[in-house]
Amino acid sequence: MCAGLSSLFARARRKTDPLPAWSQHLVWLAPLALSALAGCASRNDLYVLLPGKDGKTGALTVESQGDKRTLDTPYAAARVKNTGSVGGFTTSEAEVKQDFGPALAAQPKRPVSFFLYFISDTDEFAPESKALVSQIFAEIARRPAPEIVIIGHTDRVGSMPYNDMLSRRRAERCRDELLKLGIPKIRITIAGRGWREPEIPTAQDVPEPRNRRVEISVR
Amino acid sequence: MKSRLIALMLPMVLVVAVAVAAAEDAGQIKVSKGSAQIERSGQKLPASVGHVVQQGDVVITGSDGSVGITFRDNSLVSIGPDSVLAIDRFVFNSTTHQGNFDSTLKQGTLAVVSGKLAKQSPEAMKVKTPAAILGVRGTEFLVRTGPAKD
Repeated sequence: MCAGLSSLFARARRKTDPLPAWSQHLVWLAPLALSALAGCASRNDLYVLLPGKDGKTGALTVESQGDKRTLDTPYAAARVKNTGSVGGFTTSEAEVKQDFGPALAAQPKRPVSFFLYFISDTDEFAPESKALVSQIFAEIARRPAPEIVIIGHTDRVGSMPYNDMLSRRRAERCRDELLKLGIPKIRITIAGRGWREPEIPTAQDVPEPRNRRVEISVR
Repeated sequence: MKSRLIALMLPMVLVVAVAVAAAEDAGQIKVSKGSAQIERSGQKLPASVGHVVQQGDVVITGSDGSVGITFRDNSLVSIGPDSVLAIDRFVFNSTTHQGNFDSTLKQGTLAVVSGKLAKQSPEAMKVKTPAAILGVRGTEFLVRTGPAKD
């Protein structure tokens, strides 16, 4: 029933042998705590890595008592039937729909981002960015309980604190535009990321118009 | 007199500030079907669209329920019927993208699209179940946990 626990216990005891006498009492508690945490019954656990919608598949590590498996290919899956063993296999899109249909159907819409660009060292929009505002407005109207996150970015001209401040000022400028359109303030949050997330990485003090932007994320 | 008043009020202001910080929103419910609740400090609240989710909340669905939540770091988390999901910890710095997102699926099914926290650091997002701990490296995944059916 509790296969693996006794060997785990033995391992734990060996490890603590050189420690003082009082600590050895803890050893007796460890298996108790572990079995209380995990239970000894057989389980119906299933873990599945999905292909990323952006074409990239990440990785998921599944760690049970004393066993660990990394899933890093699309539809790679792991079962934990008894505590202590993680078995791997590959599932499919059809099986996943059967096992996880309602959870997948309840996934919120993915956030969508729009980018507005700025004239150097200012919070003035580059001319082509003004037209985007109506598209952003339409996206907001399509979503339940919409939230708008406005994130300002800069290029690497000037100091870091200055650029943190400038990126925030650009975000504030965009927020003011959306407020003018009647979007409630409570729906909008803003952040300045300074130069931490360049679209085009550059050396220090290189002006780069494509990095002077504000991301308006609607979710 | 005036300065004494300020001295008296200052701790009160600080207490309010701390309370506000502790209750900072972690995410917002975007999808809700069937019976679904949020348990927050012993109280049961409806898990309906537009409600906020905070660190410490437990989201619970009935046999016909499902809930989808978008977190502040753009993580998308949804649970299916008969599920219990505890939001153990959610900390997100929107300037540095550092923080932690720990949750526990106690039973049921879970679908996750990880967000900016997991992208910034592979240790930032952890999902626990009664049988396993999951480490997340910028990805989409599914979890089902529960005792075996006979």
